[in-house]
Order: sequence, then structure tokens, then C-alpha cells
Amino acid sequence: MRTLILATASVLLLSACSGAGEQPAGGGSASGDPAPGVTDDTVVIGTHQPLTGPAAPGYSRISVAAKAMYSYINDKGGINGRKIDYRVEDDGYNPTRTVEVVKKLVLQDQVFAIVGGLGTPTHSKVVDYLNTEGVPDVLVSSGALMWDDPKSKQTFGFQVDYTREGKIQGKYIADQLAGRKVGLLFQNDDVGRDAQKGLDQFLADRIVSRQAYDPANTDVLPQLNALKSAGAEVVVCSCVPAFTALSILTAARLGYKTQFVVSSIGADPATLTGLLQDFAKRGGTEVSAPALLNGMIGTGYLPDAGRADDPWIQLFREVHAKYIPNEPLTNTIIFGMAQAYTFAHALKLAGRDLTRAKLVQAMESGQISGPGMTPFGFSAQSHSGYTGAYVFQVNPDSTTREIQAPMTTDREKGAITPAPTARKTPAEVALVGP
Amino acid sequence: MSLLLRHTLLALAALAAVVLLTMVVDPFTNVRIATVGYYLVAVAGLTLLTGGNGQISLGHGAFMFIGAYTVGLLVIYVPSFPFWLDLLLAGVTAGLAGMLTGAAAARLHGPYLAGATLGLAVGLPAITQRFPDFLGGSNGLAFTVNSLPAGLKVPQTQWQAWVVWTTTLLVLVLLANVVRGRFGRMLRAVRDDEVAAALSGIHIGRTKIMAFLLSSACGGLAGGLQAFLLGTAAPGSFSVALSLSLLAAMVLGGVGSLWGALWGALALVYVPAWANDVTHSLDLSTNITQNLPLAVFGTVLVVVVLVFPRGIHGAFARLWQSVRKGKP
Repeated sequence: MRTLILATASVLLLSACSGAGEQPAGGGSASGDPAPGVTDDTVVIGTHQPLTGPAAPGYSRISVAAKAMYSYINDKGGINGRKIDYRVEDDGYNPTRTVEVVKKLVLQDQVFAIVGGLGTPTHSKVVDYLNTEGVPDVLVSSGALMWDDPKSKQTFGFQVDYTREGKIQGKYIADQLAGRKVGLLFQNDDVGRDAQKGLDQFLADRIVSRQAYDPANTDVLPQLNALKSAGAEVVVCSCVPAFTALSILTAARLGYKTQFVVSSIGADPATLTGLLQDFAKRGGTEVSAPALLNGMIGTGYLPDAGRADDPWIQLFREVHAKYIPNEPLTNTIIFGMAQAYTFAHALKLAGRDLTRAKLVQAMESGQISGPGMTPFGFSAQSHSGYTGAYVFQVNPDSTTREIQAPMTTDREKGAITPAPTARKTPAEVALVGP
Repeated sequence: MSLLLRHTLLALAALAAVVLLTMVVDPFTNVRIATVGYYLVAVAGLTLLTGGNGQISLGHGAFMFIGAYTVGLLVIYVPSFPFWLDLLLAGVTAGLAGMLTGAAAARLHGPYLAGATLGLAVGLPAITQRFPDFLGGSNGLAFTVNSLPAGLKVPQTQWQAWVVWTTTLLVLVLLANVVRGRFGRMLRAVRDDEVAAALSGIHIGRTKIMAFLLSSACGGLAGGLQAFLLGTAAPGSFSVALSLSLLAAMVLGGVGSLWGALWGALALVYVPAWANDVTHSLDLSTNITQNLPLAVFGTVLVVVVLVFPRGIHGAFARLWQSVRKGKP
């Protein structure tokens, strides 16, 4: 009787005598022809998105926009004769569910690649898995530094990383808002850590308070109170949209007037307008979002949705009007479309004889140029996405104006230099037929 | 046949069935099967506490949190430990935490106990914010658990499902014997009438603390298995909603029954998954998509409790009885 239990236990013991944290001898292989998810006329790709949960307000629209862009491409004949089949899984911004749904995409749906997986706490849990399995993991929707890691050969960033962005914000504040006391508010993970690495290069001696928030806790009153009592005249918010909105509302409630400088991840005025009204309504009040947002400073790396003269925005507006006319045209929509377009571009460069290795080669080719205002950092040595950002300010009518031209820099101590002004137009990239 | 032998044989048969099942289904279904396994451990532990001993815990998610972080930290900082030792320690750590909780809880009743354990579920994951460098802040920990024996050539997910279910069945055998044995009778005596139990020589406080210890060790083991399976431990995964789901799963399956724990665990994994697939395919607005899976789970729970007050297992048991009575 008891021996049976003992026997079972000893089988387990004998069968696994190596340590749980030690590296196994053999790794997975990245090769494997023919590539999973690729047939003669389709290529299946997947993504994990927060369609529900704390990051859903705002971000749940990204995959809607990406889907519209893929529909547009498919209706024009697809890429290299293949239609793109885009599978979206909801992870609720919960890392446990991210691991589950990514395993589902890889094992059950047999996707060719994971594209634009969203979030640092979430996506960081699947990078090892995807690299061991040899699944391309491109254009991660997060600005953490860890996507550009020589150990993760399959992983590529997309957004400007938080350190580069922090440097550009820090220099702008040091130059243009000289002498003011600065407070920091950041998400208590890589967002905050990486952003401070950049901000501290210019502002270390002027920062009077550093406040972290946890995305699971929607009360930011203690943080805003601390910033107020420290006398911060400028608050740099490295926050997702929901927490930018909460911080602005909480500051208003406290009667705390300060200059908000918000990172690109949470600075889209149209998304913020919706959130401010929504949150205020739930709290039983009405607010004027334009008044609250007026004067807010933000950074961005994609053209603003309001710029009708930009050829990329013209294309995105066309796609928007045709496929998702009922969605408000926000910068979040532009993000989803730009990301989908960039992936399609890489897919085209990878050629008709598609393999996973060829997609990685195409990503590293340095030939990918996209809608962004600054160039990509992609090469064999670097898997960094956009390499810089511009600074904008919100007008009284919630449109934006550029107050500093696009700058690029590196993630270390390098100088900040103006970005090249020449960008390819959609017609020059010529992704699909007319 | 002795009880232990009977339970062990049943468990071995169940293990064989699970192993066969994992061989025929695709790798991702193996992940789901393993998920059912660790939820089963957690719900079984909870059902011992609530059904067996009459104590309520709204904080079992916190014990899963402890278990998951124990495994995560051990894999990262003590890589030479084999995975089964990590799992064992996850159960032990959570058991100790449960014993402390139990010591406080033994003096509390009903809503006060619920409140205290709820506080644990709300508060404990926030400890990651206090020590962001050690516990990873909101990001939590990411690690790869290397467990597949070198000589064994089976898919990783299949092996993981085997490990999870072997552990689960071991726990179930243990719990089944505890429930049927002397200690189980003590638990029930305390549940039914504390004064009468005390008069018959049962130490009330000690019994309650032991119940909490066993139950939370199960919770910790479940969290450890989750970390083993998914290679992650992050505070966002151990919300209050998790603790409440465990409780709901227990009620749905049938309070106090280990079979009920199985139905509850199955429902916990498959009802939201199906509801999710359906709601996302319907293309509804975000607000509805956000809440519909929970609403569906809630509706199922309400309906089951109204129609079968003793849960799914109660319904099965009644059906079985009427079938037997129907026979000549």
C-alpha cells in the first residue's frame, strides 16, 4: 500500500535527477521546413492582446486596426500571393493567460509567427518559449529594452524603447522647462526602470519625487499626493493610457496644477479623451476632457492621426474609412495599422519561399522602413524598433502640434541628434498593387 | 480491501487514463488537461476546509501566489534543486503560511473569517511591489523549468501533464484518506458542533489550524504546479478574482466532495474558455466582451446551485441513487 506511493515517488525522483533551473543540454531548433502556418495561399500569424482587463481601455483597439490593415492587404491580393490569416487571443494583461494563449497559438493554431504581442509583464513570459521553439516573435508592442537581446534571436521590438524616449524627454525638459522641479510617475516594471535610465541622464538632480503605480491597483491618489507635496512642477508619466487618464483626473481632483509629460504609450489625446469621460462618468461627474488635456506634452514616433498632409495618414484614413468606419480614428488605431503594415513589409522582403529563418533575415536586412517619423534600428546586431521620437503638445481642441522635431539616439549614453527628414511614402514601399 | 489500497488503485487507474488521454490529444489540450489538474488540487484543498471543517477562505489565491513564487524563486536562485523538491517546498511554504493564518482564523467565524482571508488575497500579491528587485514588481518572475528526463522522448507538454496529474492524484489519495479517517471525523465534529466536539476531547483550535494547514498546502502546491507548467509567477495572475473563482468552482462542483472538486476544476478551465471563444467571435462591444465570460460563469453557478443545491456532484449522486433504486 504505502509502498505504492513510495514507488511512484521514487520513479519521479529517479526520472528527473537534474535540477529544475539548470539548462538542458540540447535546445530546440529554429529550422524546420516547410514552415508551420504557411500554405500556398495563406500564412497564419497570431498575437496576444489585452481585449479585457486593466490595459484593455485603449489597447483593445490595436488588433481591430491591425485586422483592418490585413483585410486591406488581402483584398489587394495579399503578400507574395498569400493572404494573411491574423489570429487574436485575449490574455486580459494576465501573464498566466499570456503563456496559455501563446502556447495555444503555437501548438494548436500552428502560427508562422507571433506579431505585436502586447505588454511587458505579459510578453516577457513567452520570449524564452518562442525562442526555444524557433517561432519568430516580431514587433513586440512594448518599449522595454529586453526585446533587443542577443540571446533572443527571434524577438524584435517595434516601439521606441523607454530609455531612448526617456533621454529625449529628459533633454527636452532640461532645455525647455529649465529650473522646474520634476516628479516621476511610472509603472512598477520595466516601463519605469528603463524610462528612468534615460530620464536620469538629464534630470537626476532635479527629480524631487519618484512614484510607482501597480497596474492592478487603480487608486493613484497616494502617488499624486506625494508628487504634489514634493512640489513637482513637471510630472513625467511613464504610464499606459488608463493610468495617464487616472493621474490627470486625480491631479484635477486635488487641485494640483502641474505640467504632464507623457510617454508615447499613454499620450494619445483621442484615447485619453474617451477614458477621461468614461472614468468621470463612473465616478458620477462630468469633465471637460479638452480642458484637462490642454497643454499636456507627449512624445510620439508615429505620425499623428490628425495630420491630413502625411501620405501614411492618408493611407490609414482610407483603410479606416473602408473597413472600420465606426471606430474613432485615434493614434491607437494608427499604431495597429502601422504595425501590421510593417510586418507585411517584412513578409514581402522574406520572399515567396517563406521560412521562419527568412523572415528573421528580412527583419535584420535594414530595408524595413515604415510609417514612423524616425528610422528602425533593425540590423543583425540590433533588434531595436524605432530609434527616437518627436515631442508634441496638446492644443485646446485636443489636436496636437509638434514642438520638437523627431530626434534619434541610442539606448546608452550617446548623443541625441535630429532624425533624417526623408521618409519613404507608401507608394515608394509599394507593398501591394494599386 | 483497505481504504488506502483502494484509493491508490483508483488513483493509478486514473493516472493511466490521463496518460492515455494525453497521448491521443494535441499538445495544447495537454496544457489544458494539466491546468485542470492544478486547479483540482486547489479546489480539493478548499473543499476540505469549507466542506469538511466549515471554515471559509476567500484567500486561497494568496496561497497559490506563495506556491508559485516559491517555485519561481527556487528555480532562479537554487537551480540545482530538482523540480519535485521545488514543488514540495511550495506546498510546505504555503502550508506554513496557512498555519499562521489558521492560528488567527481559529478565533474567527463566518464573515470575520471571510474578511480576514479576503484581506490576504488582496494584500499579499502587493508584496511584489515592496521588493521589486527580488520579486520582479508587477512584471513578476519568468523562468524555464527544466524537468523532462534526458532519456524520455515525449513532447514537453505531455510530460508536464503527467507530472501535474501524478502530483494531483497523490494529493487526492492523501485527502481522501484524511477525510475518511479519524482526522476527518474530527474535522466534521468541529464543523457540526464545536461544544460537543470539545466535550468529546477534540482540541478545537488545533483541529482548525490543521485543516487550514492542509488546505493551504494544497493551494501552494497548485500555485507551484502552475508555475511549473507555465514558467511564470506574476502578481497580476493572483487577483481576488482567482480566490473567488476557486470558491465558486467548489460550490459549483459540490461542497465537501473531492469528485465535486473535479467538476469544479473542469468548469473553471472550460466554461470561461468556451464563453471567451463565443463572445470574441460575436464581435460585441468591449464592455460586453469584458464581462460576458464572467456573467456566463456566474449564471451557470446560480442555476446549478438553485437546481442542485449540492452542486454537480450532488446531482450525479442523486441520479446514481435513483438508478440503483430503479433496479429490482
